[in-house]
Amino acid sequence: MTRMRLLALDTSTSAITVAVHDGSDVLSSGSVVDARRHTERLAPLVEDVLRTAECGADDLTDIAVGTGPGPFTGLRVGLVSARVLAWSLGIPVHGVCSLDALAHGAVERGLVDERFVVATDARRKEVYWATYEPHGSSARRLTDPAVCHPAALPQDVRALAAVGRGPALYPESLPRAVHLFDVDAESLADLAVRRISSGEPMPVDALYLRRPDALTTAERGAR
Amino acid sequence: MSTADQPLVLGIETSCDETGVGIVRGERLLVDAIASSVEEHARFGGVVPEVASRAHLEAMVPTIERACRVAGIRPSDLDAVAVTSGPGLAGALMVGVAAAKALALSLGRPLYGVNHLGAHVAVDIVEHGPLPEPTLALLVSGGHSSLLLVPDVTADVQPLGSTIDDAAGEAFDKVARVLGLPFPGGPHIDRVAADGHVTIDFPRGLTTGREVERHRYDFSFSGLKTAVARWVAAREASGEPVAVADVAASFQEAVTDVLTRKAVDACRREGVPHLQIGGGVAANSRLRAMAAQRCEAAGIGLRVPRPGLCTDNGAMVAALGAQMVLRGRPASGLAFTADSSQPVTEVSV
Ligand SMILES: Nc1ncnc2c1ncn2[C@@H]1O[C@H](COP(=O)(O)OP(=O)(O)OP(=O)(O)O)[C@@H](O)[C@H]1O
Repeated sequence: MTRMRLLALDTSTSAITVAVHDGSDVLSSGSVVDARRHTERLAPLVEDVLRTAECGADDLTDIAVGTGPGPFTGLRVGLVSARVLAWSLGIPVHGVCSLDALAHGAVERGLVDERFVVATDARRKEVYWATYEPHGSSARRLTDPAVCHPAALPQDVRALAAVGRGPALYPESLPRAVHLFDVDAESLADLAVRRISSGEPMPVDALYLRRPDALTTAERGAR
Repeated sequence: MSTADQPLVLGIETSCDETGVGIVRGERLLVDAIASSVEEHARFGGVVPEVASRAHLEAMVPTIERACRVAGIRPSDLDAVAVTSGPGLAGALMVGVAAAKALALSLGRPLYGVNHLGAHVAVDIVEHGPLPEPTLALLVSGGHSSLLLVPDVTADVQPLGSTIDDAAGEAFDKVARVLGLPFPGGPHIDRVAADGHVTIDFPRGLTTGREVERHRYDFSFSGLKTAVARWVAAREASGEPVAVADVAASFQEAVTDVLTRKAVDACRREGVPHLQIGGGVAANSRLRAMAAQRCEAAGIGLRVPRPGLCTDNGAMVAALGAQMVLRGRPASGLAFTADSSQPVTEVSV
């Protein structure tokens, strides 16, 4: 049996992050924080990380990608890259909710020990968020990913320890910041490997959570 | 089999609302696959960038796959990948650029980020063979109206003039709206005008007196658009019926007259007896007919690709990419980004 070579990548937060995983361990990884340069930086980073792992593109067996939610333009860079790589190489692509990857990272690092919230920057003064609880060596999601103004978060959620850039941006709404800001592809890879082995469905649909802003001509007429 | 003089190149175009993937072998077009989100935009009365970007993401792999299947090639057969790096809608361009990088990286092949406008000119190579050098190009689309002097489409494109307000296609789209025709209006005006007569003498911008000297190779279509809107409003106010076909024909005549007059004048003055027309408006039947007539009278060789290759498509990107390979131009690497306002002089990044 050939060994797994999974390439994980995520562009849903301010980091461009890439890792190669062999099914039990991370072989190499890299991240750059550059919220507006996903298009420039992702492909060179993938090349670097593959080189460090001494893995050719055609040695890859799987692709895993964060499906958001996240700012749309950056999110799409990761998703389209993952889908094209997988198609071109003839290997499967697996989607992981990016908030789940952040939550998994927080538990892996021992940063949380009770119910917590992941809240990331959704721009326009809003956060993408979901609540979790530690579950064994990973995190279990308790609520569906959603988007809202931080001040509109339910009271009990605002009191939770908060992972992601949300608490740094909106300390008045999320005062209990946990120091883990962006998705890390190592955690994403680890979570993806677990889900692949458990046979969970892993769709690669973008989690936009917002409709495009535009009024149809009919809606404009109705105003 | 790929050989050095027949590179197999796949081109990706996502600058606006069409996801285009074309494949050429050297100067021969193998396939031009396209997925359009135009119907999704129609209910908004114009292209909505976020709607376009979402559609590009969903269409990308299916369109690449279809192109390869129709061409009968495997991705690993490709010698190079090309992509529109600009100009266009930033978010839309980035989907294509990221996809092209992923494809090039997975195959270990060079990637060329090329100019959308240069590609509109280069596409004719796969239709009518190598471009005369230099050639004069009239590029008319929804976003651009320019006269270009093109000594070498892979490296040297010189702007002579361009629109100072609306692009020609934009004028078609806006006038169509005034006439109650659907979006995008160009093809509808073309169709409706066929049943009309040129009965109204609409203004021809920048064609008289002092203005010609200052703006010899520039265009202006906003005055024309306003004149049409006023004409229609006046008829409506007085309760007279609006002869839509005649208005469409008269408007189309005015645009076409200005475009061909200035293009022929530029060929004469620059001493370049070759005119290449490209961009979505080059699909217009009246423009094609009038250009043919005037070029013939002036002894200018005219080339216009078939209408399907005039509007945005992937074949044009592949065609320019193949020229880059054939002329030994440097590849772009993987670190460039989309440039929504890439100047026409920057043929590749
Ligand atoms: N038969 C026609 N007559 C007149 N205009 C046309 C015709 N067909 C298409 N057009 C116009 O061409 C434009 C579309 O051109 P194109 O497909 O090159 O895309 P674009 O996004 O406007 O291009 P670019 O990015 O090249 O500026 C639209 O404005 C459309 O109305």
